[in-house]
Amino acid sequence: MNDHPPGAVISLRDVSVSLPEGSDRKYAIRNVSFDLKAGEILCVVGESGSGKSVTAQAIMGLLPGNLRCESGSIQFAGRDLLRVDDTERRAITGRQIAMIFQEPTAALNPVFRVGDLVAETFRIHTKLSGTQIRQKVLDLFREVRLPEPERLYNNYPHQLSGGQCQRVMIATALALQPQVLIADEPTTALDVTTQAQILKLLLDLRRETGTSIIFITHDFGVVAELADRVAVMRHGEVVEIGTHQQVLQHPQHDYTKALIAAVPKLEAGAPRTFNGPAVLQATHIRKSFRSGGNFFSRGRSVDAVADVDVTLHRGETLGLVGESGSGKSTLAQCIIRLIDPNAGEINIDGVRFSDLDKKALRHARAKIQIVFQDPYSALDPRQKIGEAIAEGPMIHGMYGGEARTRARSLLKDVGLDPEAFDRYPHEFSGGQRQRICIARALALDPLLLIADEAVSALDVSIQAQILELLAKLQKERAFAMLFITHDLRVASKICDRIAVMRQGRIIEQATPADILLHPQQDYTRELLAAVPGAQHRESA
Amino acid sequence: MRRPPLTVLIALIFLAFVIAIAIVGNVFSPYAHTDQNLLARLKPPSFLGGDPRYLLGTDRLGRDMVARLVFGLRMSVMVAIMGTVLGALFGIMLGFVAAHFRGWVEETIMAVVDFQASLPFILIALTLLAFFGNSLTLFIILMGLHGWENYARLTRGVVLSAISQPYAQAVRALGASPLRLYSRHILPNVASALIVQLTLNFPQIVLLETALSFLGLGIQPPSTSLGQILGDGRDYLSNAWWIAVWPGTIIFLTTLSMSIVGDALRDYLDPTLKRQRT
Repeated sequence: MNDHPPGAVISLRDVSVSLPEGSDRKYAIRNVSFDLKAGEILCVVGESGSGKSVTAQAIMGLLPGNLRCESGSIQFAGRDLLRVDDTERRAITGRQIAMIFQEPTAALNPVFRVGDLVAETFRIHTKLSGTQIRQKVLDLFREVRLPEPERLYNNYPHQLSGGQCQRVMIATALALQPQVLIADEPTTALDVTTQAQILKLLLDLRRETGTSIIFITHDFGVVAELADRVAVMRHGEVVEIGTHQQVLQHPQHDYTKALIAAVPKLEAGAPRTFNGPAVLQATHIRKSFRSGGNFFSRGRSVDAVADVDVTLHRGETLGLVGESGSGKSTLAQCIIRLIDPNAGEINIDGVRFSDLDKKALRHARAKIQIVFQDPYSALDPRQKIGEAIAEGPMIHGMYGGEARTRARSLLKDVGLDPEAFDRYPHEFSGGQRQRICIARALALDPLLLIADEAVSALDVSIQAQILELLAKLQKERAFAMLFITHDLRVASKICDRIAVMRQGRIIEQATPADILLHPQQDYTRELLAAVPGAQHRESA
Repeated sequence: MRRPPLTVLIALIFLAFVIAIAIVGNVFSPYAHTDQNLLARLKPPSFLGGDPRYLLGTDRLGRDMVARLVFGLRMSVMVAIMGTVLGALFGIMLGFVAAHFRGWVEETIMAVVDFQASLPFILIALTLLAFFGNSLTLFIILMGLHGWENYARLTRGVVLSAISQPYAQAVRALGASPLRLYSRHILPNVASALIVQLTLNFPQIVLLETALSFLGLGIQPPSTSLGQILGDGRDYLSNAWWIAVWPGTIIFLTTLSMSIVGDALRDYLDPTLKRQRT
């Protein structure tokens, strides 16, 4: 096959990778073809399981042992990457094609200083002297905009923030000036503001060095910020490929249209008003953790939540928005008393929830329920899902038969087949499991539902469905909802009020419309500006 | 489901065979394990030219080896099973207690665990037997004491990691009592690790019983066990090897089978391998 178009750095032609027998489909990727041009940023977009990471692994020769490349070719610098031997492969990957990964903190060896980690690449691939290498590394650190390179050189990975770790990874990848950089969801684990900085860095690097970049992501917001061209993948096949303009403005394929429609936008919903008594009234909540203590000193006390007030009315949704470490999850755990706050008062439906003893607390828990982020670990793997839903009512004194009937009707309410009662959690997809978790929480008819990043781990299309489901159930049952998220787009869609948290405090609280149009705090403005795809949104 | 590997199949069949022999083995011999026949002392197995009445030969008092082996096997297996169950129950319970209460309760239990783990158990056993004399009940309790610290430590660890899982938190948030949480959710989820520990502990207890009986501190005559028969045979290795070789072979093959099955069970119950099977 000799259709290597001029100007293309890498061209994939009909690449297929088969899955081991007994998987849900035959191919991980099937007949994938695309070209990466010099100096171009190609975004590969798709939901989980679409085969976008496998494509990257095929290019890098990093396919897991149970996957095999069936057919096709990957042309790079006059060679077919699928048919090179190991020696040749080592000369290419790392040197001419480099890769960065999703979890920067996991990809760095924790027992090495970060400077030495980067220096190792030079030691393996070049014959430079120690001082020359050190100089090179410091230059790289400057290039990826790491602060104080001299000091950082001697730090260990755990002393760096997630964003800094990702910069070190990028520095390592860029060390040998590769022609191609493959980035597999490099910003998914990072906060929005950090993500915005990394995206800007990648754009700068492309401009300065002319590196071609394959950027894998599930987030169309990121695509809008970054891409020259976009490839959309589904079930292992490329369904659409085109320029930024073509794909985002005039998508041809129905799936692309659906994906773009599902991306939450920064726009406030219609305002609703709430009167009457508060369901939740929490005042002066405070929780601090001790850290770094040892035999000789008590360590430093860190305020995870510092003097926070929260009020929620019947049927109302309050969004709690903040970056990781802002204390939003700790606040939720305090309110539901999975951990006990150091100080503060929590009233739920007029009852002093914060003062209840163990037994009364167990009884009162029926009024306040929680849905967690990760639907995979939130269900007991050895319990039938119907039994899981029926368990709450049974704990609170309902007879088994009645509770099971209720569980079946709840399964129907959350959009699942009541016949699924007897199945186990591993038989369901992530979105379905989150529906089960919601059903379990609602089985007790709570007055307050806490959704702790409940849609963050889901694909955008599933995310939209779950948000819709929550809104529908709230309308029917009029429970108040405390909706915790790091994503302002999601919050603006579903919340009546948004509270922005930073360093354990609520710094701003207003309706979504006010937050979006008239943010009062600099930090809120920063958050808004960092939302991927922000400048492409229609004005709210 | 995949078929288990051949070695595991053989091990399973052998274990089934051993248990069957322990239960109904006495039909193979008309004699009781104490019946002496001083005229037929130290007879070799019948198939090696010995007395045709004694298939596997006789010992120094002319007692039938078949009868003695069946009785000894039964005794050894019973002591090992009861000891294992006793130790497992005790250790698992303490592990749960430590994981639930944390604080000084946990520290105390773990200190005792470390204490026991740092002493050779045979020393503890010798001391206790020397002080309290020997009886079957005490001996079984002693077997139970062996290995409890492993269960306690393991249980504490897996329970601690299980209660920090979101599903356990969700169940707590439903208002479940600790008893319900532990019995209905945590125990089923940690059971696989404990079952594997059980199968690994069992052969150790068989060997411990053997060692103590071999030293004459375990099962006392006129009762007998595999270890005691082995100890008896030690003095006659040069002229009546069969007395020591039969029980030795049985002990070796039984513990080996048990270890193989335990290993396979660990692979089978490993949650990371589960997805490939379902």
